[in-house]
Amino acid sequence: MSDEIKPDALLDKIDYKTPTTDWMSTSSVQIRPGMYCYSANPKSLDTLDMPYSRKWNPLEEDWKLPENWQEIIHEGLKTRLERFRTFRVFMDICVRCGACADKCHFFLGTGDPKNMPVLRAELLRSVYRNDFSTAAKILNKFPGGKSFSGSRSMTLDVLKEWWYYFFQCTECRRCSVFCPYGIDTAEITIMGRELLNLLGLNIDWIATPVSNCFQTGNHLGIQPHAFKDMIDFFTEDIEEITGVDVDPQINKKGADILFITPSGDVFADPGTYTCQGYMILFKYLKDKYDLNVTWSTYASEGGNFGFFTSHETMKRLNAKMYAEAKRLGVKWILGGECGHMWRVINQYMDTMNGPADFLEEPVNPITGTKFENAKSTKMVHICEFTADLIKHDKLEMDISRNDNLVLTYHDSCNPARGMGLLDEPRYIINKTCKEFYEMPENTIREKTFCCGSGAGLNAGENIELRMAGGLPRANAVKYVHEKFGVNSLCCICAIDRAAFPALMEYWVPEVDVIGIHELVGNALILEGEHKRETDLRMEPLPGVEQTKEEDDE
Amino acid sequence: MNQKYLVPLAVVFLLFLVAYTGVEGAGLQGFFGIFVPYAAVVAFFGGFFYRVTKWARSAVPFRIPTTCGQQKSLPWIKQNCIDNPNTGTGVFLRMVLEIFLFRSLFRNTKAAFNRSEKNELTYSWEIFLWVGALAFHYAFLTVIIRHLRFFIEPVPGWIKFLEYLDGIAQVGLPGLFLSGVVLLAAVLFLLARRIYDNKVSHISLAADYFPLFLIIGITISGISMRYFTKVDIMGIKELTMGLVTFNPVIPEGISGLFYGHVFLVSILFAYFPMSKLMHMAGIFLSPTRNMANNNRAVRHINPWNYDVKVHTYEEYEDDFREKMIEAGLPVDKKE
Ligand code: SF4
Ligand code: SF4
Repeated sequence: MSDEIKPDALLDKIDYKTPTTDWMSTSSVQIRPGMYCYSANPKSLDTLDMPYSRKWNPLEEDWKLPENWQEIIHEGLKTRLERFRTFRVFMDICVRCGACADKCHFFLGTGDPKNMPVLRAELLRSVYRNDFSTAAKILNKFPGGKSFSGSRSMTLDVLKEWWYYFFQCTECRRCSVFCPYGIDTAEITIMGRELLNLLGLNIDWIATPVSNCFQTGNHLGIQPHAFKDMIDFFTEDIEEITGVDVDPQINKKGADILFITPSGDVFADPGTYTCQGYMILFKYLKDKYDLNVTWSTYASEGGNFGFFTSHETMKRLNAKMYAEAKRLGVKWILGGECGHMWRVINQYMDTMNGPADFLEEPVNPITGTKFENAKSTKMVHICEFTADLIKHDKLEMDISRNDNLVLTYHDSCNPARGMGLLDEPRYIINKTCKEFYEMPENTIREKTFCCGSGAGLNAGENIELRMAGGLPRANAVKYVHEKFGVNSLCCICAIDRAAFPALMEYWVPEVDVIGIHELVGNALILEGEHKRETDLRMEPLPGVEQTKEEDDE
Repeated sequence: MNQKYLVPLAVVFLLFLVAYTGVEGAGLQGFFGIFVPYAAVVAFFGGFFYRVTKWARSAVPFRIPTTCGQQKSLPWIKQNCIDNPNTGTGVFLRMVLEIFLFRSLFRNTKAAFNRSEKNELTYSWEIFLWVGALAFHYAFLTVIIRHLRFFIEPVPGWIKFLEYLDGIAQVGLPGLFLSGVVLLAAVLFLLARRIYDNKVSHISLAADYFPLFLIIGITISGISMRYFTKVDIMGIKELTMGLVTFNPVIPEGISGLFYGHVFLVSILFAYFPMSKLMHMAGIFLSPTRNMANNNRAVRHINPWNYDVKVHTYEEYEDDFREKMIEAGLPVDKKE
């Protein structure tokens, strides 16, 4: 990390004073290393038959665009205006009141005015006005009319600006909460990215996971046998820690429930510990209540980077969930901890790939609870599921095993603002550990700040962008860290778990990142387990280390 | 940067002068008193209708409300029925609060970064935009309703009552209407904010200043007619009644100030549907606010949902069958 910008230098740059020059006239965008992601590998676009796959470099002048690219954008805009009322209305009704301006973490972290949600949207809106607004078209005939109506033609500079700033938005929807009309800049970014994809202008950190997911079932491109290896490996670890073989089931026909979680949980620390938490929970439920949960290698990805590409791509990747549930003949689907995965499931899946009439309305067979809120989609969030189990006293736990932890909780953007899953995770936290402190009110729940790496921006090459975008979140963590001694940041999102360790190391180095089901896994008492000496991270449990030291003396 | 508000200011000024001199100098009362108002009303309703039907014709493929509170899930978890509604009633309440009380704007905060030892980012409640916006809209509404007295004969009791409330301060003669003062103050505040608030001025277009100046012009001309120059009210009522009864007449002796006022109002009406002022209608149609968060319980239909190419399990198993068998994973087709 040596050639990267230091925290102090980054903080020095923050200035919310906007320049006095007109933003539209400063049109030629400076694409700066550290702030952008590499272009998509053409092979990845080919897997999905996406158009205009080619090698191109954002820093070079020539983006090797198809000749009629302006026409493609114009037609693309037109189609989307007809297909999405959100898009059309949001293009028309922004009053530029500025309420959203300082709500975006990227603006707060960079001070770049084009990261104000309203300006991000205006980048596209200015072209919309030019091409589609009758009033603006008339006005533009007069001298100075273009500047009056705020329209501009689609030029290469504009296109580059779109690309740069639509890949500096994590589609977190925080701006939408504050907008008096609910204008959702995330939705505009989504459209912007769809349009860019029509010209083959995706970033590699999205395109390659998408291609992998399509071919092998998950973003990381883990093939089925390697997936199983990983699960076996966790099984061994758990056996070492607890003395119990959790014996997970994979691709098992006739199981009660299909479980789908982001592949990040299976392959990247500290998500892996959350994954072990799930495995312990499923073992517990199997032994005690004879509930059969199966994993799948075909649907081994809960996340959906297609969502960051286009609606169509999202649908193509999401289709696997229902298809696999049908093939395995399960009753319903349980979904793991993930952010955007849940936005897709909650707001898109049933519409795109439903109806799931081959599944049953989800009921927790152990508590009898009907998940009424999921009766059509037939997919339940694991936090809803576990909270229900705990509420009915169905889990025997020793929560002193989490006594080392002083927790705070980060609401992931999508479950917060695209679903409203706020109190279920908090309930589980409160039932599995003793010390829990909320971050300041303006930074949690529906006002939560993004990790700065969502929506496919969790790459390595844009690290400055990520650290800047994550600043508001990290700053709030720092606050509770200093005030209450918080040492662990709890979250329910695989991207968070991948992004936060770096962010914490940068801004609040003393804070670790942990998933909710890691807490559950630590606390659950499995049938026949031996006395645990360590937690799932193989670190000594509270009290254990001391005893050892005492022994040594 | 100055151009952005100087040009619209000049345009509004010019527009006023055009009408004023057109009447006082060229005697074009008929044009400014009859033709323009009719044309403006036609443009307003025609444009409004066109705009709204255009929006309504766009599909709503997905149900994507922005949820601002706890969802409905387990029975013992308290749902935020308004900010995260799952029923029509909840949505209705959310919309009512949004439309009448600007609930989202009420949340507004102001961020500040303090580069010091602590490097703290802080967020303070920022209520002024909400107060200004609410004052502006309600004052404007009151003024419009008060003006109905020019179009209805006899003047209904409820308008008189509203006037009574509006004049309750009982200052001056003719009695001062609070709404006019509040409207002017609020619109000046919104203008000042646009010019002096660094961020807002950066995002503002000339098209944002134009309606503000227009409304300022309308308010000032209106106020001066009532309190300072004393126009011929009876004559004006004759003219306005003529307009609504489709028997237009131009009474003698109405000052050019009145025609200037009416001309600016007409411009505002005609400009309305082609501008951001359509947010008035748009707020009703915003899918992030007017839909229930009940997607997992009730399936939403996308009218243009089309089939896509997927990678099926069979294809997947064909790709990996041997490896799967070797790893002991169950397969559908054994070879
Ligand atoms: S808050 Fe809404 S209306 Fe105001 S500037 Fe932002 S997007 Fe536009
Ligand atoms: S969706 Fe999030 S990242 Fe995108 S503009 Fe809005 S606040 Fe910023």
